[in-house]
Amino acid sequence: MKRRTILTGAAATLACPTVLRAQDTPIRIGVLAPLTGVVAAGGREMVDDFNWYWSGRNNEVAGRKVEIVVEDDGANPDTALQKARRLVEQSKVQMLFGNLLANTGLAVANYVKGTGTPYFIPIIAADDLTQRGRIKNVVRVAGYSASQATRPLADWALKQGYRKIATISQDYAFGHEQCGGLAQVFTEGGGTVTAQFWHPINTSDFSSYLGQLANSGVDAIFTMQTGADGTRFFQQYSAFGLKDRIPLMGSMNAADQSVIRTMGPEVEGVVSAAHFAEGSDNPSTQAFVRGHIDKFGTIPSLYGFSMYSGAMWVAEALETIAGRTDDPALLIDTVLKTELKGSPLGRPVKLDDYGNPVYDVQIRKVVRNADGKLWNVPIATYPNVSQFWTYDPVEYMKQPPYSRTYQGPRRG
Amino acid sequence: MIRGVALAGCSLLVFAAVPVLLPVYQVSVATQVLIFAMLAMSVDILAGYAGRTSLGHGALFGVSAYVTVYWVAVAGGSPWVGAALGIVAATALAAVFALLAIRTSGVYFLLLTLALGMVVWGVCLRWSTVTGGENGLRGAVRPAGLTGQLAFYYAVLAVAAVAGFAAYRFVRSPFGLTLRGIRDSESRMCSLGYNVPLHLFIAFTLSGTLAGVAGALNALFNEFVSPATVALAQSVQALLMAIVGGIGTLAGAVLGAGVIIVLENTVSAYTERWPTVMGAMFVLLMIFAPAGILGSILGRGRVLLARRASLSERPIP
Repeated sequence: MKRRTILTGAAATLACPTVLRAQDTPIRIGVLAPLTGVVAAGGREMVDDFNWYWSGRNNEVAGRKVEIVVEDDGANPDTALQKARRLVEQSKVQMLFGNLLANTGLAVANYVKGTGTPYFIPIIAADDLTQRGRIKNVVRVAGYSASQATRPLADWALKQGYRKIATISQDYAFGHEQCGGLAQVFTEGGGTVTAQFWHPINTSDFSSYLGQLANSGVDAIFTMQTGADGTRFFQQYSAFGLKDRIPLMGSMNAADQSVIRTMGPEVEGVVSAAHFAEGSDNPSTQAFVRGHIDKFGTIPSLYGFSMYSGAMWVAEALETIAGRTDDPALLIDTVLKTELKGSPLGRPVKLDDYGNPVYDVQIRKVVRNADGKLWNVPIATYPNVSQFWTYDPVEYMKQPPYSRTYQGPRRG
Repeated sequence: MIRGVALAGCSLLVFAAVPVLLPVYQVSVATQVLIFAMLAMSVDILAGYAGRTSLGHGALFGVSAYVTVYWVAVAGGSPWVGAALGIVAATALAAVFALLAIRTSGVYFLLLTLALGMVVWGVCLRWSTVTGGENGLRGAVRPAGLTGQLAFYYAVLAVAAVAGFAAYRFVRSPFGLTLRGIRDSESRMCSLGYNVPLHLFIAFTLSGTLAGVAGALNALFNEFVSPATVALAQSVQALLMAIVGGIGTLAGAVLGAGVIIVLENTVSAYTERWPTVMGAMFVLLMIFAPAGILGSILGRGRVLLARRASLSERPIP
């Protein structure tokens, strides 16, 4: 009797090996996030929202269990690399998710280039990962490339009648790229970027920059900030009396919940551009925001939103291939072709030919909601914005990547 | 002497057996241990034998890694030449550091090397057209024959064995004895006619070469380099490894690197609070074994030997 059962089992295994294997073993997903170090708060939120999505579907997809292995990258690229090795080689995960800082993401991307492991980067915004330095198995599900959203912001600024602007930004690639997108479109539209200030990350005193900005005679100022620098910049901008004199535009991270949820009137009225606006009246967005408040007590930030949507994207792809993870190339191709349907954005999202999402970008403004909490409300929408704006991708990628010295082609 | 050879032989055997006994991920951990053991050794040569504690070796290590990755990934050159250039660059930079730092000792030496290291870190961070800024440099850096984890591990083991032997001979040579003399009494060595600054200069430069070897191997191992590689934390970690193993015992550097890297890897698998656990471990170690792990063992051994010797001398009352 027993022998017969085994024989039948063996026959079944021979007959449909993939289906059986698919149902037998759990899908293992490795998550890398900075749980210690300077951006630990953002990292925590990444992991929480990622787990929240999976627990919402009982940690199951296409009949297979999902196991999530979280590793702390310590906000350090060398650590991130070592942890990625451990996840792939020891924990035997079938895909990697995460990382927050661009340098950690780039280190891991360089590693998975060799192993072929699918690596999903909802937070890493470094332009070239889906442009000039594209790696096939690195896909920016539910993420965005740095210069993608600042281009519509530049167009919006031109429409407000701004002709002269100045930028102040953290001095690293993420800032160079966001300012570059803005500066290029603004200049091409007939505007002038009169001055660009680059300050070190973790600047505590902005007075020297604010003094120069106050006397620059510009119509508006754009600031690119992340984390505590954003908080300090907004406070000092207001304290210097500039808030009522010069309109302020911010990068999406500067005006993100992770920054503004602890702030007061000094940040009200800041305009930024992003695909996600937590104050949107779209029912799907509001359902997501309410769910997040019930679960964690806070309005979701971009970090949480991106990881939640990224998990959903891969889950939807896995549904269409019956949960198969044995063939990384198949998984990547399916994810690239999958149009995300259940996104909290309330509209389907697809990826472009280079693995970066195409979004309806919202121009958002920080206002108080009915509960007295600050959040971003859309005031204008730019539909179908890709990472290449209106440019031809091939032509666009011939220009060098944005840097401190290259902010788009100089005019005539 | 015989004990030393036996110890070296045993550890070589253990390391050689790692890939046979452990899964592939542990091989990459062992590779990292060997690379950092070389870095810790380079710190130990100065700290343990010349009495000069450096906080600039992370920068020497990192510069070598930067030059190697730049040469291969950006300039498109051969990895062998890249690694050689990296080592040369680290040696040259160490010579510059040495010229500036050897006139000082104690806490001033520590601060001066710290400052020099910070300068290098600042350059790597800000000179983004060459160094890639915050994002660093990356690419396929490993030489064709060594792309496999195993082959690379044995290559690193071979280099580490040679480097370890060279460092051992270096500190045991008359030159090394002179260094120890300088450590114990600089003024006496001066009055005996030794050229103290020259000895320190050579020791610092050669220790920089060893840090450069480690850096070049790290570049080939990670195929990636960023300002975090040259940061102060790197120098501090190397020094911690040397201290944990036992300052002034070259083999202690290997032990310290092993203990710290393996612990980091194990503890962080269980708790997010792994930096706290590591911190507590350092504090406890410094209280109960201030001479480091190997230092304490050898020290206790020495005390026993001395006691036996004094006992055997006693029968002449």
